[in-house]
Amino acid sequence: MTIRGKAHIAGAYEHPDRKIPDSSIAQVHAEVALGALADAGLSLRDVDAYFCAGDAPGFGPVSMADYLGLARLRYTDSTETGGSSYVAHVGHAAAAIATGKCRVALITLAGLPRSQPVPRPSASALAPEAGFEQPFGPTTVSMYALAARRHMHEYGTTSAQLAAIKVAASQHAQHNPRAMLRKPVTVDEVLDSPMISDPLHRLDCCVISDGGGALVVVAPEVAADLPRQTVKVLGHGESPKLTAGGRIDLTYTGAVWSGPRAFTEAGVTPADVDYASIYDSFTITVLQAIEDLGFCEKGKGGAFVADGALLAPHGRLPFNTDGGGLCNNHPVNRGGMTKVIEAVRQLRGEASAPVQVPDCEIALVNGNGGSLGTRSAAATLILGREDA
Amino acid sequence: MTTPGAALPAPAPAVNPETTQFWAATAAGRLLVKRCQDCEHLIWYPRVICPECSSLRTEWLQVSGRGSIYSYTVNHRGEGAYQGSPPFVLAYVELDEGPRVMTNIVETDDADLAVGLPVEVVFHDTGAGPALPRFRPRRS
Ligand SMILES: [Zn+2]
Repeated sequence: MTIRGKAHIAGAYEHPDRKIPDSSIAQVHAEVALGALADAGLSLRDVDAYFCAGDAPGFGPVSMADYLGLARLRYTDSTETGGSSYVAHVGHAAAAIATGKCRVALITLAGLPRSQPVPRPSASALAPEAGFEQPFGPTTVSMYALAARRHMHEYGTTSAQLAAIKVAASQHAQHNPRAMLRKPVTVDEVLDSPMISDPLHRLDCCVISDGGGALVVVAPEVAADLPRQTVKVLGHGESPKLTAGGRIDLTYTGAVWSGPRAFTEAGVTPADVDYASIYDSFTITVLQAIEDLGFCEKGKGGAFVADGALLAPHGRLPFNTDGGGLCNNHPVNRGGMTKVIEAVRQLRGEASAPVQVPDCEIALVNGNGGSLGTRSAAATLILGREDA
Repeated sequence: MTTPGAALPAPAPAVNPETTQFWAATAAGRLLVKRCQDCEHLIWYPRVICPECSSLRTEWLQVSGRGSIYSYTVNHRGEGAYQGSPPFVLAYVELDEGPRVMTNIVETDDADLAVGLPVEVVFHDTGAGPALPRFRPRRS
């Protein structure tokens, strides 16, 4: 059995603010939950399944369920795979709905790293790898830099090619009034920005923002009664990418497995994808994912992106039309939620007009959590327009 | 730019009963990995179970401490114990015996860094017993 067509995304909501100085984290979860339910034409009373990840304050899904008054839950899931969690949650919600476990699933993300900066929870000293990694000073950027360097070494990828990914994101962000970085940048401006951890410059990195988002995934019979255009869940795949007992390979991601699983379930191929939301914690994250998902040959991602492929609306693979994490926002350093939301906008024809992909029927969402420099978890979704 | 080992912080690692022997060996200037007695996989990071074949029959093995750079980066923005440190080199070194290990490259000029550069282990005392296995360009 598959989840193809067995669940619909009926509501999607992105918090409008990028800095939220006077709220609690739970409060922002509530705001986005209400926003997504209102978008769907539903209320908290309709929710019978709740999904959240490590950003939710308190005890797994229980504290937020209690805060929100979700008294009718019969299904919960707090799968935590970093930024890809929410992409995975959509697949899990669809599977639960397909098997009759629930009918209306709410997924929330929220956090305030700009307004309430807390020290990044360093990998717990109890993690089995801790002693063999933390003493050497790995940071998020430097770990991705290791992946970028090795990709450059094996495939001849250049910093200018990576910069083309930021350039495309910035071209899209200029049409998003809420984006943090709205000014289009050039390849040279990316290369001239300060080096953070070579070969990654400041402009190879995503922004840091407060914010959040929420999704409502419903059974087809629920969707049929709603006034709003919904989006069909067609396929889903996941995979961790591990360090292989000391034989880590920094040139690919778990999308080499999650992608084919999602495509197979959906019954489509990369050539069928009209729009792609690709998690963009760093430029190299996008480059590796594009190759791993089969949009180009492995190692040819640099040439692919440098050729304008990512530019909406007419590139070969229009991506991240809200400006993505590279330019728009990156709530709680977890980009999967906003990736799903922008794909929903595209499939509803509600993206910003200059970047709306014409006749957008099939969208892909790819999330990656953890670190490309060590261990990570990929999740891929294929979504379709309501009539797909 | 020189990255002298002495200038780098050497924070103490988290040690647990599974890794006590590894860190005791570092204090004596020896680099150990785990070897699976069933499938002969050399396991990094060290652990009781073999992630290749699920065997629990694993043993400590001293390796040469020689290898080459698999990937590296000069990090200009240290965090935690490295906050405010001068730029330093984070790397994976592929040991001659196979495993790829996270480490720092020291005693090097950034201009000399390259994937494939032959390196050898040096141990930096953390002041807490264990010493950190770092690597410098090979001299012999
Ligand atoms: Zn084994």
